[in-house]
Amino acid sequence: MARHVVAPVGEIPAGGCKLVAIGNRAIVVFNVNGEFFALNNRCPHKGGSLALGYRTGLLESPEPGEYRYSRQGEIIRCPWHSWEFDIRTGRSWCDPQRLRTRQYPVSVEPGSKLVEGPYQAETFPVTVENDYVVIEA
Amino acid sequence: MNMELKQPLRTAKTKLAIVDCDIHPRAMLEDVRPYLTNPWWDYLQTYGLRPRHGHVKGYPFPKPTPLASRRDSWPPTGGPPASDLDFTREQHLDFYGIETGILNPLQPSGQGDQNPEVSAALAFAINEWQVADWVRREPRLKASVVVPYEDAAASVTEIRRRAGNRDFAHVLLLSRTGEALGRRRYWPIYQAAVEAGLPVGIHVFGYSGWAMTGTGWPSFYLEEGIENATTTQQLITSMIMEGVFERYPDLKVVLIETGFAWLPALGWRLDKHWERMRDEVPHVKRPPSEYLREHFWVSTQPMEETDKPDELIDVMEWIGFDRLLFASDYPHWDFDDPFLSLPPSLSDARRRAIYADNARALYRLA
Repeated sequence: MARHVVAPVGEIPAGGCKLVAIGNRAIVVFNVNGEFFALNNRCPHKGGSLALGYRTGLLESPEPGEYRYSRQGEIIRCPWHSWEFDIRTGRSWCDPQRLRTRQYPVSVEPGSKLVEGPYQAETFPVTVENDYVVIEA
Repeated sequence: MNMELKQPLRTAKTKLAIVDCDIHPRAMLEDVRPYLTNPWWDYLQTYGLRPRHGHVKGYPFPKPTPLASRRDSWPPTGGPPASDLDFTREQHLDFYGIETGILNPLQPSGQGDQNPEVSAALAFAINEWQVADWVRREPRLKASVVVPYEDAAASVTEIRRRAGNRDFAHVLLLSRTGEALGRRRYWPIYQAAVEAGLPVGIHVFGYSGWAMTGTGWPSFYLEEGIENATTTQQLITSMIMEGVFERYPDLKVVLIETGFAWLPALGWRLDKHWERMRDEVPHVKRPPSEYLREHFWVSTQPMEETDKPDELIDVMEWIGFDRLLFASDYPHWDFDDPFLSLPPSLSDARRRAIYADNARALYRLA
């Protein structure tokens, strides 16, 4: 596992995401109201690209006729077959134990710390004034 | 970007040739204007299409994604999914190494319209458009003879117009028709198809004017999807029991997007009833499952996804490994990925049959 600087914090707005390539892995980084989460971009069902999916919330129904909608923007729906994944965990809603996409640790680091560190894959200049999204993959 | 990342992983798998038996090109109405007479163009501008259901604008059951399509299939040039040949090449034909693709245009095709005349005019126009805008520009593609199936005479005219033209792969019907498809009013279509040497493809959906179940309209789109299997069971039963295959022994029928795991059970059930009530249908001379086995092909998408993939192989065995045709349903939301959909333990010989050999033989592809 190496740490990779993948974006300045301001590049991925709340509700947005960025698809990054690390080796031959495609990893998607989501911004959920200022918190960042990184998932393997390949849908574990049939391989759709989660970065192109539909951001939605969690719709639940305790009983017929009663609906509860919560966690707006925390669920990503695959662009192909609409499987839903929890952005916070990578687990699918319908089969969370078996069908989940790998999650990678993410942190936000100040540029002042990164300019010296053992970090890889910068494709943009890192400056001390900015904060950066760093994933461990 | 994701496509670039996936490409190198996939090249190894493109060794096997793939014939995709269900691709849905989409016309904008303006695209078919050159093939419509001015009165029909004016009619469509004024009155539009009127499908046989109560919701003239939109679908009776809203789809889970816009235009029922993969969210990544909207071309960068604008326009709806599979309206742009170049993007269809890039995202599908080239990406998966498709050897041949069969086009099944669904909308706008005029099939099942309330006005039989507009149905015939638009079917003609869509057929011209398929050839001019797709097949002539992309030799990997074959068109369907879209027919206004509620009007058998007009359908026969359209089939005869295309007979002998190898740009066309089959005659295309939808599954929900005004009467059961075994009824004699549809027989001229089968006769013309046999005379033209074309299989008859029956794609699910369409609206007949009747509620789609015996207890009316269901509540959810999910139910409509499941219902496609029951409509198809009913049309197979009707065609066999009415004696269509006794009258047209050379008729070949392709079931498209119907699912297939239910087919073996239908065969067993038909045989059981026939053994007890054969005298009601004396023109059905053989066990119904034999007609099923001989006259029907079935496309793979939407592939059933069983917990144990090998269970699907048992089902395929009953249907016959020479009767299954790979289909992706591109660009629709329930698309089957050509590289990931077949059970992994399927032998190479069976894989080759499903991916390409069966379709090459059925459609007489070079």
